[in-house]
Amino acid sequence: MKWEVVIGLETHAQLSTRSKIFSGSSTAFGASPNSQASAVDIALPGVLPVLNRGAVERAIRFGLAVGATISPRSIFARKNYFYPDLPKGYQISQYELPVVQGGSLTVMVGDVEKTVRLTRAHLEEDAGKSLHEDFRGMSGIDLNRAGTPLLEIVTEPDMASAEEAVAYAKALHALVQWIGICDGNMQEGSFRCDANVSIRRPGEPLGTRCEIKNLNSFNFMEKAIQYEVRRQTELIEDGGRVVQETRLYDPDRDETRSMRSKEDAMDYRYFPDPDLLPLEITPQWIAQVKAEMRELPGTKRGLYLTGYGLSAYDAQLLTQSFEWSDYFETALAACGLADKAAAAKQIANLMTGELAATLNRSETEITDAPVKPGALAGLVRKCVDGTLNNKMAKEVFAAMWAGEGDADAIIEQRGLKQISDSGEIEKIVDQVLAANAKSVEEFRAGKEKAFNALVGQVMKATKGKANPTQVNDLLKKKLAG
Amino acid sequence: MLNFTLKQLTTELAAKRVSSVEVAEFFLKRINTLGKTLNAFISVDAEKTLTAAQAADRLIAAGKAGPLTGVPVAHKDIFCAKGWLTTCGSKMLANFRAPYDAHVIEQFNAAGAVTVGKTNMDEFAMGSSNETSFFGPVRNPWNTQTVPGGSSGGSAAAVAARLAPVATGTDTGGSIRQPAALTGICGLKPTYGVVSRYGMIAFASSLDQAGPFAKTAEDLGIMLNAMAGFDPRDSTSLERAREDYTRDLEKPLAGLRVGLPREFFAEGMSPDVAKAIDEAIAQYRKLGCTMVEVSLPNMKLSVPVYYVLAPAEASSNLSRFDGVRYGYRAPEYGDLSDMYKKSRAQGFGAEVKRRILIGTYVLSHGYYDAYYIKAQKLRRLIAQDFVAAFKQCDVILGPTSPGTAFKIGEKSGDPVQMYLSDIYTIAVNLAGLPGMSLPCGFDRANLPVGMQLIGDYFGEAKMLNVAHQYQLATDWHMRMPQGI
Repeated sequence: MKWEVVIGLETHAQLSTRSKIFSGSSTAFGASPNSQASAVDIALPGVLPVLNRGAVERAIRFGLAVGATISPRSIFARKNYFYPDLPKGYQISQYELPVVQGGSLTVMVGDVEKTVRLTRAHLEEDAGKSLHEDFRGMSGIDLNRAGTPLLEIVTEPDMASAEEAVAYAKALHALVQWIGICDGNMQEGSFRCDANVSIRRPGEPLGTRCEIKNLNSFNFMEKAIQYEVRRQTELIEDGGRVVQETRLYDPDRDETRSMRSKEDAMDYRYFPDPDLLPLEITPQWIAQVKAEMRELPGTKRGLYLTGYGLSAYDAQLLTQSFEWSDYFETALAACGLADKAAAAKQIANLMTGELAATLNRSETEITDAPVKPGALAGLVRKCVDGTLNNKMAKEVFAAMWAGEGDADAIIEQRGLKQISDSGEIEKIVDQVLAANAKSVEEFRAGKEKAFNALVGQVMKATKGKANPTQVNDLLKKKLAG
Repeated sequence: MLNFTLKQLTTELAAKRVSSVEVAEFFLKRINTLGKTLNAFISVDAEKTLTAAQAADRLIAAGKAGPLTGVPVAHKDIFCAKGWLTTCGSKMLANFRAPYDAHVIEQFNAAGAVTVGKTNMDEFAMGSSNETSFFGPVRNPWNTQTVPGGSSGGSAAAVAARLAPVATGTDTGGSIRQPAALTGICGLKPTYGVVSRYGMIAFASSLDQAGPFAKTAEDLGIMLNAMAGFDPRDSTSLERAREDYTRDLEKPLAGLRVGLPREFFAEGMSPDVAKAIDEAIAQYRKLGCTMVEVSLPNMKLSVPVYYVLAPAEASSNLSRFDGVRYGYRAPEYGDLSDMYKKSRAQGFGAEVKRRILIGTYVLSHGYYDAYYIKAQKLRRLIAQDFVAAFKQCDVILGPTSPGTAFKIGEKSGDPVQMYLSDIYTIAVNLAGLPGMSLPCGFDRANLPVGMQLIGDYFGEAKMLNVAHQYQLATDWHMRMPQGI
């Protein structure tokens, strides 16, 4: 039985403003409870909200980045419900007229491009936190987070697998950081997703969906969706029916659990907040925000692909964050080479290879890497001019990371110079061929692997210093002869 | 000193013929005697008041006095005033001491005015008689068996009984103008957005507006000068150049077009009120004004529209009173939901609960379009009627209330009858226009009658001019209740 999976995501991205969306309190994470809760945040009688323009500016940036319509006029609405960490008894959000409408995000799922359409993105305030553990028979309320600005980004039900959903979420996570509107810190709750999951037979109308709340890691998102798809499939195939409900993912047991059904759903009694005027965004404001924005990752990717001839894979990795692309471009400029494509390819190899691996191993961010882009450029020049082969480059990179100096000094000190003298290489090739008659025979009998063994022998004889391209060419010529 | 206007009092203070402390002591004494009989105040704090009066005297001595320095002001208990109990007339906030000053309070403090106390009011400003207060009804000084009107009944009674020369109030559907009319004094509701709502406990945010009570139009202007002004903490506060609301007081009225809305005079007014209003119209003719009949065809819808929109906003505004962070919490409860239910059931009075229920209902899924959205559309039509009327006239004149002060308990069992006592004032809030009430006579029981003036947007100065010229020609505004 074939089932089609339908997923839509709602993401809450905490906007990186210094102060809250409707008050002047700080949004810094980790302060002692209620030390960042002003009269407005705790909803004293008589206080009023005042909109933070920085939050709106970030919403505009997002709208521009996803090619959406930025509403010239949007409305803040009150979502009414009672909860101790919701001080006013309502959350200020946007309902009928959100600030950002439409747009889309194109993401790579493996090697395939996938476009996810966005429904909307709206501004709202976060609630506080209820702490149930530390108090016996009571709950503690921390209102530091109350009033923190959020952008809720809602997609169309365009994703057809957990893999696609995760790819979208990762791309969105990268984008909001790239455009500087969210720090992306998932542990601190700065970026959290809800997934709407349903299944259907191809061609049929949408099935009943369940909403999985508060997925705060990509790993959990993937597992939760996979579990939920399994659960719904088994349920329907056993003759059951999916009930529309909100579910929570329990990572310890790797399952989703029912939180509340649609029947228990609250009536939020949305209505326009009379304390706030309609939000008006002029074309001038949008133009100003646009002018101050960085080039988007998609634009950079295009340049890397067509301008420098990099592979889609490399272009994707180099645009994983603004910091990566900035490192790449700084290194490229520092190389000062006329052949940009050759330099770009070499930088990309080093960045996606040695640099990525070392950063990973040492749990370092690219901005903190001891090998700066300018230093990497020195290494790249030595690769492009043939002084170093790949193996040597790795060695030099490791030495640079360890603080042994710049590429030139390390090459000098270690005597790392590739042998590119064809006469010298030919001599060694001849010796190797003579000494490895068996491999030669095997190769001639059609065993491709034997060729690699011969290359290895040449490299070994030169202590890795022979130019591998020349070795390849010479060996091929000799063996064909 | 008893019947001094604000203007006279300031002159006396400036000339050092009397000190601010002496003035404060004079009024505090009255508040502690007559004020108790009338139940006009919820909080009095002689120490705070005298400290402020001493500070004012120092300012006066230093030659730094402004138009309100040393003047006692009674504030409606809806304004947060730092260190003062701020109850909003409710058990819910009976223990709430405000940790900050409302913008209005800041403005008065900065001007050197002296707070003489916080006045009684209908609970959360919901009422037209001051009978819904948790602290008991306020009595009308003209007849203590009658109501002073509401919701700013304590402030109105205080000025009428000469417990304070001036006072503040708020007006959501007539809560300044109606009690001013019923107690024979002047009260003004400014254009929506002229006075900041910051620190004023919200009833219906899109309608609430603070304003002054005084004996004369001139005093209202001086008070409004202190209260008005842009405040960035209120997003609905209007950013306009400061203006002197007393600048046009002396302009003659010759040629002024006074609009008389047909609908105001059609029915519902008591004969005594109608007679007093007719006499006021005659007086204006004498002053050279032209009477123009205008029409406000949608005004009849203003009471139902108001009783959809105001409760809708109130039901949400009052959600913060949940017993979690401040205010009343039920002494005994089971779980969280029980705590909410008991705290709110015990903390709110019947009228407040009625409006929360109405508001919750009209915002509910499936009813929202039929009530809330429909009411918003009608609100626009009501406002458009006024815009059309002001093309034909400079100011609108009519009654403030259909009758004079009614007996305590007379209407409290019949909410609809009570709501109809605001029939002439509500449309002005829905349109966001400025309006005022000033005394224009008495009924056969010697209870005051108020006339209402309605100005065009930002027409406060003109409205005060129209009222002041009337007060130069009449003396209704200087009459005092017997035996005070």
